[in-house]
Amino acid sequence: MRKFTLLDGLVAPLDRANVDTDAIIPKQFLKSIKRSGFGPNAFDEWRYLDHGEPGMDNSKRPLNPDFVLNQPRYRGAQILLARENFGCGSSREHAPWALEDYGFRVIIAPSFADIFFNNCFKNGMLPIRLAAEQVDALFKAVEPTPGYRLKIDLERQSITAPDGTEYKFEVEAFRKHCLLNGLDDIGLTLQHVGEIKAFEAKHRAAQPWLFA
Amino acid sequence: MGAQTLYDKLWNAHVVRQEADGTALIYIDRHLVHEVTSPQAFEGLKLAGRKLWRSASILAVADHNVPTTGRAQGIADPVSRLQVETLDSNCAEYGVTEFKMNDVRQGIVHVIGPEQGATLPGMTVVCGDSHTSTHGAFAALAFGIGTSEVEHVMATQCLLMKKSKAMQVVVDGALGKGVTAKDIALAVVGRIGTAGGTGYAIEFAGSTIRALSMEGRMTLCNMAIEAGARAGMIAADDTTFAYIKGRPFAPQGEMWNKAVACWRTLHSDDGAQFDKVVRLDAAEIKPQVTWGTSPEMVVAVDGRVPDPATMTDPVKRHDTERALHYMGLAANAPITEISIDKVFIGSCTNARIEDLRAAAAVAKGKHVAPNVKLAMVVPGSGLVKAQAEKEGLDRIFIAAGFEWRDPGCSMCLAMNDDRLEPGERCASTSNRNFEGRQGPGGRTHLVSPEMAAAAAIAGHFVDVSVD
Repeated sequence: MRKFTLLDGLVAPLDRANVDTDAIIPKQFLKSIKRSGFGPNAFDEWRYLDHGEPGMDNSKRPLNPDFVLNQPRYRGAQILLARENFGCGSSREHAPWALEDYGFRVIIAPSFADIFFNNCFKNGMLPIRLAAEQVDALFKAVEPTPGYRLKIDLERQSITAPDGTEYKFEVEAFRKHCLLNGLDDIGLTLQHVGEIKAFEAKHRAAQPWLFA
Repeated sequence: MGAQTLYDKLWNAHVVRQEADGTALIYIDRHLVHEVTSPQAFEGLKLAGRKLWRSASILAVADHNVPTTGRAQGIADPVSRLQVETLDSNCAEYGVTEFKMNDVRQGIVHVIGPEQGATLPGMTVVCGDSHTSTHGAFAALAFGIGTSEVEHVMATQCLLMKKSKAMQVVVDGALGKGVTAKDIALAVVGRIGTAGGTGYAIEFAGSTIRALSMEGRMTLCNMAIEAGARAGMIAADDTTFAYIKGRPFAPQGEMWNKAVACWRTLHSDDGAQFDKVVRLDAAEIKPQVTWGTSPEMVVAVDGRVPDPATMTDPVKRHDTERALHYMGLAANAPITEISIDKVFIGSCTNARIEDLRAAAAVAKGKHVAPNVKLAMVVPGSGLVKAQAEKEGLDRIFIAAGFEWRDPGCSMCLAMNDDRLEPGERCASTSNRNFEGRQGPGGRTHLVSPEMAAAAAIAGHFVDVSVD
């Protein structure tokens, strides 16, 4: 997994609550058997004026000028600012894959849906929860300031705004450790093979019907 | 040890080890797999040269991409076909049990797990699908996972996670005429919101829940995720055991008796503490209809479309205006005056035999309204379909003008050819009314099977709780 330590990135605002994973990556793109290449179809139905299907040349499709991420000032954004319950609905990991492939490494919102939140960490992305008022302040700061950037320091668990304002955020110690070091979860778990086998033997003896 | 919740018991029975920050390694008993969220996991396993930890824990089925008509001709869409074929070849290579498309046992993964007895009380059940919460109806700890976690379970039989908080949703009293588990689910989502259960595992309890059939309990737990909770669950009781007994994967003989004795402990103890308790009075729940683009945007069928002008919260007002625009609805319109173009009876929420019986009872001897372009019934599995045909439900539906299809996820998410066209309005027994969910530009209203069938007949929503 790609490490995450520091990021100084352009911020793009998506001012909408309850953005679901169907919106982040529509179902027709889930037919892929790969885990890369979803970026051009991130937010497909909002981003383009026509209907997208797998295999289309996305560079030739008409862009929706009203969709915020299509504004030239947000090109190259690595930090997505969002509202409550971001990533709700389907468990599709294609959603973080699409956002990551698009270029986002950090998503800041007052709250995230549990499965999406979890999936981000598996892909070297950092979802950050801030208080609703703080997120609101960031939305107000981004809008009138083209080129608005934030500095994210995972080690210090801090976000620094251009005016020097610092926002501290929480992250679980284990997830932080994995992100900072780019650790592969499966490799870590397999260090405990002995314990898993011992548990499994005991579990099987107690409830053999679970192993039928 | 003090009084424990059902969630405490299920969690504690599966902790392999725990990190200092509370992150635990949890053992997984049952892993359900489908074609959409597994190919990258199998590929990851292959690339890392890792083995499957326990292939017998996995039951696989293709459900999202499969056609619901003309199945003998195979899958027309080459991209869908490749995904299903990839599942077939991965299962063959790794020795995983798979019900292939033309197997009578094939169906929606959350229908076939319980149907086969592959979902048992006391289990941890995972699947790369958010509606895995369904299986919690059997006093199991069941939740959806992403593809990285699918690979993690394949390789280690475990998951790394932190324990959630516990919420109890208590529903007491008798349900009124025409009011179902689906209406309870929508009423709960309407009450606590789609993020109300975020960070929680929900246990549904109370006399109303005890009185529900297993089908009803599955419908309710299925939609725990629509309230934001990864897991929903219900204590095990005689209803649970009667449903499981005799199913192919269920224990038999002396083992059955031992299992039931163990399962009888799977309930929250008296005095167990929950982080949050929500109470609903069953008598106050009416048939529900969603009007917007999030499952929390729901009202009783005798209600009206809300008016954003009366809302003080600017975010909520903006979202409501946007939803009404997308849905093509006017504020304050009575729900029963909304006419529909299509009807979908199916999905992991409402495609079990009891759902089909309820819909057929409404449709019997009547006919789909002329303004309804398509009304389709998609059974949850081949076995549900066979049972329905044995009972003559297929003939009732066909005589009433419904199409009788083959099993799969179908128009719940429209990954196959079953979909809404832009602007079309659908009465659907599925679980999500997000923009574009049933097809780009499609407009979804979530309802119970009874409500969907009644809407098909009338051409608009009707209140099935009144004569």
